[in-house]
Amino acid sequence: MGPLDPWERQGRWAGAVDGLRAYWLIVAMWVRSTMAYRASFVLTVITSFAITGFDFLAILLMFVHIDSLGGYGLAEIAFLYGAAATSFGLSDLFMGSTERLGRRVRDGTLDTLLVRPAPVLAQVAADRFALRRVGRITQGLVVLGYGLASVDVDWSPLKVLMVPMMVLSGAVIFSAVFVAGAAFQFWAQDASEVQNAVTYGGNTILQYPPTVFGGDLVRGVTFVVPLAFVNWLPALAVLERPYPLDVPHWVAYLPPLVAAVCCWLALLAWRAGLRSYRSTGS
Amino acid sequence: MRLYGVVLVGWFRRYATYRMATAAGVFTNTVFGFIMAYAYIALWDERPQLGGYDVSQAVTYVWLGQALLAAGALMGGGFEVELIERIRTGDIAIDLYRPADLQLWWLACDLGRGLFQLVGRGVIPMAIGALAFDLALPGSVLTWVAFSGCVALALVVSFALRFLVALSAFWLLDGAGVAQLSWLAGMFFSGMLLPLTLFPGVLGEVARALPWSALLQVPADVFLGQRTGWGVVEAYAFQAGWALALLALGRLVQTAATRRVVVQGG
Repeated sequence: MGPLDPWERQGRWAGAVDGLRAYWLIVAMWVRSTMAYRASFVLTVITSFAITGFDFLAILLMFVHIDSLGGYGLAEIAFLYGAAATSFGLSDLFMGSTERLGRRVRDGTLDTLLVRPAPVLAQVAADRFALRRVGRITQGLVVLGYGLASVDVDWSPLKVLMVPMMVLSGAVIFSAVFVAGAAFQFWAQDASEVQNAVTYGGNTILQYPPTVFGGDLVRGVTFVVPLAFVNWLPALAVLERPYPLDVPHWVAYLPPLVAAVCCWLALLAWRAGLRSYRSTGS
Repeated sequence: MRLYGVVLVGWFRRYATYRMATAAGVFTNTVFGFIMAYAYIALWDERPQLGGYDVSQAVTYVWLGQALLAAGALMGGGFEVELIERIRTGDIAIDLYRPADLQLWWLACDLGRGLFQLVGRGVIPMAIGALAFDLALPGSVLTWVAFSGCVALALVVSFALRFLVALSAFWLLDGAGVAQLSWLAGMFFSGMLLPLTLFPGVLGEVARALPWSALLQVPADVFLGQRTGWGVVEAYAFQAGWALALLALGRLVQTAATRRVVVQGG
């Protein structure tokens, strides 16, 4: 018999409310404990800001030598980069802790979470909530701000709306990938690096324009793991650039829908993973 | 010396038991290799011969970076996490009580780890990279031999740097901040983000003179045939110089640090 998740015992809606409440309670606890050492917190935020800024620094160094990469100028790449980095930063802040699941499965401490009267996913996601990750979000927003200010776009109300829609849907899509990756770790406990390849790797891919990559990679992040909906498709619609694959124009407006489907699939994977969980020991 | 050999083999074996983690690491290195290779191809498409490399050398540089990333612990993940933890908890007192030298002991540990990572997480991504892209692999056996020496020295320099970082925990108790700063410097100044030959002006000159360039830039240049003949000797001298200087500094700090150890309890 698999462990019982309150999610399954109660109605689905009550379970979701319950989960959110538990999530925020645990998050508030971790935030309080972080704030106990304020100077140390400020330092870690700055380090997080600097570390995540490095890949943009690399792009800036590239642009010392070139005027365009894959046919895109620095402003356009900053726009793509900023949107992806902000989405990823948000999902990393709220759901990034789920990548620690494998460790908990390995050392058996997941059992502690199973006996608590709160949804396991909420507990895993809020576990060791790292407020320093706002450093990554800030870095993403700074680059996005620079991109928006310097990109040459004929702004319409629809295009303006596309920007927050894309950042928020992107954060939800990345969050779904985090949860699906955590579910995968129920089976492959040591494989958090595979999750990193999709999350961090996906983030890196989306920071460059799609024209940089081979057709197979672009097809993969469009149709298999639909990361292209995080920023490529909506951002290219804003920039009025063609997408390298033959997809209809209206696809650029689908990110919220894609995000919802991703969440549903990730939850299915999570529940399957949790059901298959066997604790360590004899 | 036999003792340190045994320690080295022990740590090699220890890492060899994490098969799933190694496979996952190979997957990650391969994915990032593909991403960066495409980005570099786009870059060299704009400016052929940038930094003195042609496209296939640039792509080879990417895969060399992925192959050496885990071995040289360029983004952390070496022995230093464990040593910092031992200093924080006080277990370090046990290490000091052993009839072995602290620095040599951990050097043996980290070399064992590095050699395993080189085989486990270096060779396979490189082979996949060679299948997918046109890599500039050395044709001469001598270059491969010279490169191997460079990698060995790179592992020692990497250790010497991280040993200093770990010892800072004697004073700071929590070495996590310093460790993070050193990983930051390692990523930027080793040439992992972008070959140091592309860094402009003074920044480039400084970056190429710092010890981190011994971790990736120098071995890569030997592998790519950018340094031949006397160039290889110079590369060795550069790496060995930093290795000796940093190891000596580590020894000084170690002496100062061990005087600080107060064993609690009783």
